[in-house]
Amino acid sequence: MMQLAVLSGFVLAAFAPLLHRWFGGRASFVLAAFPAALALWFLAQVPTVMRGEVLFLELDWVPSLGMSLSFVIDGLALLFALLITVIGTFVLIYAGGYLKGHRDLVRFHIVILAFMVSMLGLVLADGLLTLFVFWELTSITSYLLIGFSHADIEARKSARQGLFVTFAGGLALMAGLVLLGNVGGSWSLAEINAGGIDLREHDLYLPMLLCLLLAAFTKSAQFPFHFWLPNAMAAPTPVSAYLHSATMVKAGIYLLARLQPSLGGTEAWVGILSVVGALTMFTGAFLAIRHTNIKKMLAYSTVMALGTLTMLLGIGTEGALITFVTFLLAHSLYKGALFMVAGILDHETGTKDITAMGGLRPLMPVTAVVAIIAALSLAGAPPLFGFIAKEMMFEAALEADAFGWLVLLLAFVSAFLTIAVAAIIALRPFFGERRATPRVAHEAPLSMLLGPACLAALSLLLGVFPVLAGMGVLTAAASAVMGEPVTVYLSLWHGINLPLVMSIVTLALGYLLFKRWDRVRAHLARLDPVMARGPEAGYEAFMHWITVVSEWQTRILQNGYMRNYILVMVLVLIALLGNSLLLRHPLEIAFELDVRFHEVVVVAMMVLGALFAAVARSRLSAVVSVGIMGFSIALTFILFSAPDLGITQLLVETLTVILLVLVLFRLPRFASLSTPLERVRDVLVAGSVGVLITLLILTAWGIDQFVPISEYMIENSVPLAHGRNIVNVILVDYRSLDTLGEIFVLALAAIGVIAMLKLRAPVKPAKPTAQEKESSHG
Amino acid sequence: MVKSGTLILHTAARILMPLQLLFSVFLLLRGHDEPGGGFIAGLVAAGAFTLYLFAFGVSATREVLRMVDPRDLIGMGLLLGMISVFPAWFVDQPFLTAQWWTIPGVDFYASTPLIFDIGVYLAVLGSVLAMVMTLMEVDKDEP
Repeated sequence: MMQLAVLSGFVLAAFAPLLHRWFGGRASFVLAAFPAALALWFLAQVPTVMRGEVLFLELDWVPSLGMSLSFVIDGLALLFALLITVIGTFVLIYAGGYLKGHRDLVRFHIVILAFMVSMLGLVLADGLLTLFVFWELTSITSYLLIGFSHADIEARKSARQGLFVTFAGGLALMAGLVLLGNVGGSWSLAEINAGGIDLREHDLYLPMLLCLLLAAFTKSAQFPFHFWLPNAMAAPTPVSAYLHSATMVKAGIYLLARLQPSLGGTEAWVGILSVVGALTMFTGAFLAIRHTNIKKMLAYSTVMALGTLTMLLGIGTEGALITFVTFLLAHSLYKGALFMVAGILDHETGTKDITAMGGLRPLMPVTAVVAIIAALSLAGAPPLFGFIAKEMMFEAALEADAFGWLVLLLAFVSAFLTIAVAAIIALRPFFGERRATPRVAHEAPLSMLLGPACLAALSLLLGVFPVLAGMGVLTAAASAVMGEPVTVYLSLWHGINLPLVMSIVTLALGYLLFKRWDRVRAHLARLDPVMARGPEAGYEAFMHWITVVSEWQTRILQNGYMRNYILVMVLVLIALLGNSLLLRHPLEIAFELDVRFHEVVVVAMMVLGALFAAVARSRLSAVVSVGIMGFSIALTFILFSAPDLGITQLLVETLTVILLVLVLFRLPRFASLSTPLERVRDVLVAGSVGVLITLLILTAWGIDQFVPISEYMIENSVPLAHGRNIVNVILVDYRSLDTLGEIFVLALAAIGVIAMLKLRAPVKPAKPTAQEKESSHG
Repeated sequence: MVKSGTLILHTAARILMPLQLLFSVFLLLRGHDEPGGGFIAGLVAAGAFTLYLFAFGVSATREVLRMVDPRDLIGMGLLLGMISVFPAWFVDQPFLTAQWWTIPGVDFYASTPLIFDIGVYLAVLGSVLAMVMTLMEVDKDEP
């Protein structure tokens, strides 16, 4: 029942306010016990998964739709699950210190727990549809977390931007997954990956691939969608450390890695992933050195890392995929630590601008050590884990077939830019002369140091003893990405080879750039006008035009004239019905006329009511004529022994008349607004819809394509549903889901009426704007 | 525009409303076997209150309803509808599968369709009442 254990996080999130009341400031620790317990469980699974076994926890959710809550725990899922739970534990503890005393700490805990569960669900899910649901949940929770400081307009804007970009990808993901499910013949990821169907040869391979890539690229901030990630830094730092470096932004990467065995390796895959990945890598590294805001620098270096991961998947050789999992782990460790350090700096000094800090080492010695270790790993300096990852990355880049020279060049440039970034982050705030900061800095509390210190220590430990990581979950993870067993052997010393030489050169160049950073930045500032025309400007323009178009089409379609709405609806009905009734289906009308006198009377009343309503000279008489028609219909129901319908129709008619009378006096003077020509048009439209519906009913009489379900309903009404009134049994038993939906619609309609009547602006402006004029016509 | 009505309307409303409400409950309970059911019963009950509204006005009707706002009725109705979904789940059947329980001593079966029907009743009653009352209140606010 691991699924329920994971999903219980949602319940825990709901109880967060209660825990806050009970435990006060220590609630963070209590809540952190949840990911910690899950982390222990996942750790306990490491030996099993390392033996090459795949844990399959089966649980049906909506079996009729092929939706399952089954979890598949292989190496890749386990690696991600461990990262999510371990870093999640640290982030929760850290946030308790970072947001201490914050008014909305409870809200933060609720949303971040919900995010944690969604993210776990995403990486563990076996069902395509379940994966989609969790994917969207991470987008929503991310939106709420970016917009955490909702009073800040920038935060709101960034949150919306992140949401739109990732939701656009979500739509593509849905299309891609549906294609994948249909082509692969299964809604289970495990079955698709194991299945014999060769997806790569299929006609729909390319559309499917493009949809899935779009989803992954938007989620994982790949070029040209990278702009939302740095903007997402409006979120509190614990969020940035967790969602926007270690977990959520890797969801897209996860999806690609997950699909690598079944979709990877084709020309399109290799080309797109290598080039986009390499471009993203370069863009991230280049933009990082242009900024002085420490969080933005880290965000861009995350973009760079995400690009690297994509590129490695694109290269796709065994070495590249082993590098992929190694780099993934290394990045999560050092970037999580660095973000938390950035949070500490921001928290203690009151500024995010790295040029405003200096000489902090004596004041915050522990933070300084943590920052330097983590930054060394980011720079890829020995003996840290990041060094191993970078060496391997160079090796993989040398192996690249497609666009080899481009990949290699961009990898080299990005590497030395990253080294400069790492040096700036680690050295600028802590060394040099003291600078006055808005707040007087001192060492952070233990709760805030615990997380980054542990993560930095792990970077060091795995660097010195890389065999621990290689032995551990990485082998299993690499095998899962590869689709066949591989052995991961990591070591610090590879001998003197090309990657080592490249490492040394990049270190030297990076140091040089660090020394001249201020001057370089001044030069780069000249590029600002060009940079302002980047993809983000495209996004802005797109959003602008969406508003323009929607305003335009609202003015046309939603113009507030009831008569236009009805006209459009009826015309569409005529077009669709006429098409299938007259053009696509032979008209067969066979019926015998056998009417009684009283039936004729009722019908005549109905017809007269309708005619009179059309020519009535006052509104009241029109209402009454329509009422006569309604009551005649009720009479018809009763005549043909459908008492329930009859009663309902009668009651509805009565209430309609009451409601109409209530609003009658509020309506403008009854007047003939249409020109004679329009009246002719209306008669024609009304006449043709009447004729068509009559033809439809007459045709339907003779068609018997399906065995009617009514027989079953009549037979089983008493034995199964214990009711003799079949209409009611249909409403509350056979079709109760429909009824449930209907009462919700009814409730919404009532709320709509209340809202429209009660929540109006109290005073109207003296001069209504053009827009208001439009809308006040209805 | 709604004026507290004449003597006949007053007297009739006073006597008819309880009868109509009683009739609506009767329709609701027998609905599974005879013509009736939650939807119809809800409309009848709404009619009863509307009659009272026409005779005595909004504030008097609110007094009759005491603490219950029509909007709360909607919420309660939807909640009951949702509640009736779950019992099937606990006996390992698909959602919404009807469950029947015999109540010993009386000749009456409690069931999820009945709970559901009561939910429909309340939602319909609440919705119609909310609409009518809001319309009348707005009328009163704006001369």
